[in-house]
Amino acid sequence: MQFVANINIMPIKEILDPQGKAVKLGLHNLGIDQVDDVRIGKHITIRLEAADAAEAESKVKTACEKLLANLIMEEFTYDIQPA
Amino acid sequence: MTSTEVHDGNALPTVETARKLGVLPEEFDRIREILGRTPNFTELSIFSVMWSEHCSYKNSIVWLKTLPRDGERMLAKAGEENAGLVDIGDGLACSFKIESHNHPSALEPYQGAATGVGGINRDIFTMGARPIAQLNSLRFGNPELAKTKWLVKGVVKGIGDYGNAFGIPTVGGEVFFDECYNTNPLVNAFSAGIVEVGKVAKATSYGVGNPVFIVGSATGKDGIHGATFASEDITDKSNEKLPAVQVGDPFMEKLLLEATLEIIETGYVIGIQDMGAAGIICSTSEMSAKGEHGMIIDLDKVPTRQSNMHGWEILLSESQERMLVVVEKGKEHIIQGIFDKWDLHCAQIGEVVAAGPNDAGRLHFYQHGALIADVPAYDLVLGGGAPQYHREYREPAYYQRFKQFEISSVPDTSADELTAVAKHLLSHPNIASRRWVYEQYDSMVGTANRSTNRPSDAALVRIRDVKRPDYSKGIAMTVDCNSRYVNADPFVGAQIAVSEAARNLTCTGAEPLAVTNNLNFGNPYVPEVYWQFVQAVKGMGAACLKFGTPVTGGNVSFYNQSSDDGPVFPTPTIGMIGLVENPEHQMTLDFKETDDLIYMIGVAKNDIASSEYLYSYRKVKESPAPQFDLEEEYTLHQGLKTLIQQGMVQSMHDVSDGGLFVALAESAMPRGLGFQVSTDKNYRTDAFLFGEAQSRVLVSVKPSQQGAFQKLLGADLKLAHTLLGTVTAKDFVIDSATVMTTGEAKDLFDNSLGKLMA
Amino acid sequence: MKFGVVVFPGSNCDDDTVYTLQHNLGQNVVKLWHKDHDLQGCDFILLPGGFSYGDYLRTGAIARFSPIMNEVIEHANRGGYVMGICNGFQILVEAGLLPGVLLRNLSQKYSCRNVHLLPQSKKALLTAELPQRAYKIPIAHGDGRYFIDEDGLKRLNDQDQVLFRYCEADGSFTDEANPNGSIDHIAGVSNETFNVFGMMPHPERASDEALGNIDGRYILEQLVSTVLI
Repeated sequence: MQFVANINIMPIKEILDPQGKAVKLGLHNLGIDQVDDVRIGKHITIRLEAADAAEAESKVKTACEKLLANLIMEEFTYDIQPA
Repeated sequence: MTSTEVHDGNALPTVETARKLGVLPEEFDRIREILGRTPNFTELSIFSVMWSEHCSYKNSIVWLKTLPRDGERMLAKAGEENAGLVDIGDGLACSFKIESHNHPSALEPYQGAATGVGGINRDIFTMGARPIAQLNSLRFGNPELAKTKWLVKGVVKGIGDYGNAFGIPTVGGEVFFDECYNTNPLVNAFSAGIVEVGKVAKATSYGVGNPVFIVGSATGKDGIHGATFASEDITDKSNEKLPAVQVGDPFMEKLLLEATLEIIETGYVIGIQDMGAAGIICSTSEMSAKGEHGMIIDLDKVPTRQSNMHGWEILLSESQERMLVVVEKGKEHIIQGIFDKWDLHCAQIGEVVAAGPNDAGRLHFYQHGALIADVPAYDLVLGGGAPQYHREYREPAYYQRFKQFEISSVPDTSADELTAVAKHLLSHPNIASRRWVYEQYDSMVGTANRSTNRPSDAALVRIRDVKRPDYSKGIAMTVDCNSRYVNADPFVGAQIAVSEAARNLTCTGAEPLAVTNNLNFGNPYVPEVYWQFVQAVKGMGAACLKFGTPVTGGNVSFYNQSSDDGPVFPTPTIGMIGLVENPEHQMTLDFKETDDLIYMIGVAKNDIASSEYLYSYRKVKESPAPQFDLEEEYTLHQGLKTLIQQGMVQSMHDVSDGGLFVALAESAMPRGLGFQVSTDKNYRTDAFLFGEAQSRVLVSVKPSQQGAFQKLLGADLKLAHTLLGTVTAKDFVIDSATVMTTGEAKDLFDNSLGKLMA
Repeated sequence: MKFGVVVFPGSNCDDDTVYTLQHNLGQNVVKLWHKDHDLQGCDFILLPGGFSYGDYLRTGAIARFSPIMNEVIEHANRGGYVMGICNGFQILVEAGLLPGVLLRNLSQKYSCRNVHLLPQSKKALLTAELPQRAYKIPIAHGDGRYFIDEDGLKRLNDQDQVLFRYCEADGSFTDEANPNGSIDHIAGVSNETFNVFGMMPHPERASDEALGNIDGRYILEQLVSTVLI
């Protein structure tokens, strides 16, 4: 059956996120200075075929670990639903 | 101060803890002697990073001191400042340096290379010099391997993204592939900048009561023990030590550049240093030791990215884009104002204190109101109390074996085979155009790169002086090292590396001035590896002395070795700068017009040793370094300068990797021209065309100048020269046979590396 | 005629642009700081190349909200001249002063090299008087793929707003000559009232004999000679 995985990949919190930092500065310069922290990651949607939810999850997890996320710098979370 | 007053909350460390931190038992004893007590964990960590190879050069410094370091143009001694400083006249100086980021790049190529670029540029602009150009020297494993491609793409993108955003052009460099670099790639980054002689900022600290500022990014748990990490072999377990990876922020670096140059301009900066390896502890100790003062630092005032950081984490953190600045008391608001303008954080974290009666200045670090470390600055630093070792060395067995090579054991290239060899070489990843790489770098920002539209052996960058718009002097720069030669014979190979750098500058019309070196070797505790190191330093020293190009500083990177692949080829990368006083004397490598005469200056030799042809086409891996004579090389250079100054040649290109044939091709291709040449039957065809014997240069000469050219070379300069043939409109013709068309050659040469990386 | 070059945090072609206007074209130039609100009486505002705010999020997206952009937009709306080069073009597009958008290069890679441009618009002062030939100008960008929807493209063409198209050295159009995959080979555009210009290539990098190429100077000279009349 078909599944849709929504994957969020974020820089791990111990690591500097220059992009988030620059966007925070931009927001402050815009006058939105209540902003305390900005972190920027990626959202990836995958549609895949799998026998069951467990297989779908194992495939998504492998995809994240092997390619989609760089585990040295990024962490990932995902949500998998039947399509 | 008694030991009971210095505590960081941990039990006192043992010799076992010391060992885990990379501190030898005898070093641990020495630390106890220095402090007069057992160090706490924070203090032991401090010594462990400051006495690591990375910061102290403990296994190399005794040999580095043998290199020639003096010269009339030297404004700073090697190791004295963040980078070397050379007088170029007219009240200007060129600051330049090369530095490695090998181990970080092996783990995370993009960030590893990016932060390498960031670090070397900070070394330049903390001296008050505005960087004008960058180079890089890269070495990777077998390019067919997926891992190598991943490393190449990551490193190139990392250098590009960082350097491009930072806004300093990357104008040249080298890329070399060999299996010995499969596990340990080498990433060496070079930067050069220009500063007015009286406005050089120093890495020092003095003046009791002067405030100490930290500027730039907040401090996080980046690369904790990274300096120590850099001093250990790479094993599979390396991945568990993370996060040893730091993230670079070129945008922050650009702001830091502008703000730094602005604060130095005020004249209120006492001292300033970049935070590289070993972060706050390294900059506070080196600046204090230099200025013979102490510091009191309150770590609670250091802006941190994470809460609850340990004192030692703050001290050792290698978070990027930070600087330590000591400012004249009372001028804080002026400095603060400049950082505010550039939206940069700056925080006063302490002040300068006087040296005690029995020391040259101590560092006192407080956290949460308690004194957590009390260490003498002098004893931490290179040139002070840091250990210096003489390591054992032994000639490796392979050295004599390589010398047994006989050219007669290899068949000569037959006439039918010429095209195959030509194609092999022009498309070989070590010879083919680096276009795929350098087009990812901004090579033109700064509107100063004179080589963009005029290809030359070294990159030539004009000095753009706003105050003197007519100013026309230029700095030529190059990085060179054929590590295959160095492996075959470290003494000769290192001499060749220096000579090739000088030759590239000379062929560009520049007068070589000075050297920065990046010594990449395996494990110094292996006697055979250390022999390579010693021989290479000796060879380099001899050649630098001959060319009058002192070594102004650089970087040593040991432990480029893995259990699987053994050590990398010994790779003493030479970065050299030269001065072009008169831009009219810029020389280019491309053939200009058909019917121009092609000459080889220098002597042909029956030598194919260590050539790309022998190594990758004939697949003979063991042979000595190519034939080389330092005197012959030096004499050649002096003659080349005269030829250029007298306007005798249309083009000049050195004969290096791939030999005479590749030099001919590289001269013909830029304008889509061809050549027609004859080989000399006194030599083997392969040696004549593809051999890499040194001290040879290819020039083209207008027919109308042939007489004057030959007279100058023969009667006046007494340099051997051979008329090879002429420049033609198309096709590469050797001994009347068309080896390939210029179009075929260009396609192979221009696109092979890109196809390989696709 | 007074030129103003805006300095954003992360601009890195500001000095090059000032130098070129001052020394190669002999113009009066001042730098304008992004946090200010004063155009200092400049007639012509230039937004230089670089990586404003690190080009994080989207190229030009944060710089577009810099304080001085209020005045730049007002200046443009009053009919004042504004030109953006590379990152400056990206900022003008984000600010809505120019139509279209600049996407990641088709190669997904940053690219720096000489390309050739053919002048197009007969209505824009930047190109109207330029002799028809290919001009060799460097590009240096990762996000230079010009895109606009079909209606927008038709409007650009109908109203003669395309300033330059990427071409071969001989002036012909081939896929290979298009360095980033821009729609219709578009390298630069003007607004409908022909007072705001944007282009990805860098004419200021080809304006000095010392660099061996002055094709860019011919382009920038159009601004001076034509506007002065």
